[in-house]
Amino acid sequence: MIRYHIELALRSLRRNVVLTSLMIIGVSFGIGASMTVLTALRALSADPIPAKSARLFSVRIDNWGPDVPNNAAASDLLSYPDAMALMRAHQGIRQTVMYAPVFSVTPRSGDAIPFTATGRAISSDFFAMFEVPFAAGMPWSKADDDDRANVVVLGSKIAQRLFPAGDAVGKTITLGEQNYRVVGVLAQWRFQPRVYDLSSRLYQETEDIFLPLTTAAARRLFSYGGSYCDKPPSHDWDLMSRSECRWVGFWVELSSAAQRPAYLAFLRNYVAEQRRVGRFHWAANVALLDINETLQAEHIVPSEMKISTYAAFGFLTLCLVSATGLMLAKLGGRATEFSVRRALGASKAQIFAQCLAEGAFVGVAGGILGLGVTALGLAFERAILREDYARLIDLNANAVLTTVVLALVAVTLAATYPAWQSSRLAPAWKLKAE
Amino acid sequence: MLKMTHLSKVYRTEVVETYALRDFSIHVKEGEFVAVTGPSGSGKTTFLTIAGLLEEFTGGQYQLDGADVHGLNDNQRSRLRNQKIGFIFQSFNLIPDLNVFDNVDVPLRYRRLPGAERRKRINEALERVGLSARSKHYPAELSGGQQQRVAIARALAGGPKLLLADEPTGNLDTQMARGVMQLLEELHRDGATIVMVTHDPELAARAQREVRIVDGQVIDLAAPARLIGESAPQPGA
Repeated sequence: MIRYHIELALRSLRRNVVLTSLMIIGVSFGIGASMTVLTALRALSADPIPAKSARLFSVRIDNWGPDVPNNAAASDLLSYPDAMALMRAHQGIRQTVMYAPVFSVTPRSGDAIPFTATGRAISSDFFAMFEVPFAAGMPWSKADDDDRANVVVLGSKIAQRLFPAGDAVGKTITLGEQNYRVVGVLAQWRFQPRVYDLSSRLYQETEDIFLPLTTAAARRLFSYGGSYCDKPPSHDWDLMSRSECRWVGFWVELSSAAQRPAYLAFLRNYVAEQRRVGRFHWAANVALLDINETLQAEHIVPSEMKISTYAAFGFLTLCLVSATGLMLAKLGGRATEFSVRRALGASKAQIFAQCLAEGAFVGVAGGILGLGVTALGLAFERAILREDYARLIDLNANAVLTTVVLALVAVTLAATYPAWQSSRLAPAWKLKAE
Repeated sequence: MLKMTHLSKVYRTEVVETYALRDFSIHVKEGEFVAVTGPSGSGKTTFLTIAGLLEEFTGGQYQLDGADVHGLNDNQRSRLRNQKIGFIFQSFNLIPDLNVFDNVDVPLRYRRLPGAERRKRINEALERVGLSARSKHYPAELSGGQQQRVAIARALAGGPKLLLADEPTGNLDTQMARGVMQLLEELHRDGATIVMVTHDPELAARAQREVRIVDGQVIDLAAPARLIGESAPQPGA
């Protein structure tokens, strides 16, 4: 019976090419507009690590108090003393302090010009916490953390640039005036939005060089990431590391989301302790935000994008309402056929299925044409957006499937009312009228 | 074959009740050819649509081929209609974008018969009405008489127990009407049970029996008029 309904649907759609084309074009534009913004929205707001996003937390502690202007909420950056205290307390299963030094890399061949590379100073837990993939070697050890070892892990691109033969592990590189041993090379790692560092561009590529935080601190490497001070900042590393300036991030991995209250209690106790020693003079203002909460709190998706999404789906609704109207007109003109079919033995359900099959065909055709419209829309977005945003926006297999399925479901739903109307026709009514 | 006892059909609005059929009783035996006549608005077509399970009745009893049809749901009525009843309409009611073959195929599709069986039945039915050569034509390419023959083939293809014809020659000229009427008579001779609504007394006279409906009631059951095959006045002549 399904085959028969498909045959009839095709025949019916061919019979009125203009009406059918209008429906398909309308649907394709509605679907295309929706999928264009939806694809961009998903690319920009996707959970970068779904398997663990509810267990990875950004820790926030207000170390300035309510009297400091523009200090409405605890920041994603902490003071160095707070971060190191949490690190020493070791209350999560993994944790890392982090900041972003920048390096001048001196290539091994003498005639090559030194270049700048982005860095991230972290503890070795970072790699396991954020599931960083390795192509060669491995993370440095806890002992390397403790010993402030001169070791680094290289990102895939810089490793390829410095060691085209792919033999980076075990080799030495020169950063500034210091030599470091390469212990690992990352596989291509796309972690976007790069939520662990909210002070720089979220959609830029991951760092070139990773090194132990203890080593970076021992070398007095300054951060080139965000740095916020309640008083004029110092350019002296030791003063900065003892100041109330906020310039390091702290992330903790808990064994489960259920451990969150316990960790929050620990943070409050820590603040209480700081009050006792006279450092803080205000009630505890701490927060623990998991990955998705962090994305939300930082308004990572531009509000214009959200407005575009509403507008696009509004447009899709309009297109579907039009499709429903056209479908009503199309099926209404075939009342006699449906009456005849009912008289010849078709049940209401069979007429309903026949009409719905027509809607489904319009949906699939609209979806396929909608893919083209989506591709054009995304090309336009790539042309007008910043490079780091634009790079993310592509029409992957998932989006293709979503487009066709969305069109199919939406148009089939839009066809439901006209199909139901047609199936409710009393079989005798139209035949009598004739 | 068809037995209605004290059947009624009432159309209700907020202010008025209209009886289309009232205390309506009729019994059509297997193999009979019955003409149903009466003035316009008398209830002929209502009778036919109820007989064909296209419409529900308000009261009384209706047995089709020995089975009480009261209380059947839509699926059951559709299935019964498909298996036991063949319709022939005044305006043919062929589906314009299906060719002759596919039009005859419609009731067979809803019976979910295998393709080979359907093809066999369609070819036999088209041969029966003399339109085998036109199976790929579309309704618009056929004359009125040919279209009605296709409609008859469609009614026959399912092998129904009962043929219901509503003014089957009403839209045809004299010559075409004669051909269609002869075909119905042949079908009857071959054993078909036919109930034909008509307002044409000459056509009615060619049936085996005439039932007259006035104001929704059977007022006269005429005695068998004549044997089929005897010379009879031609319709529209």
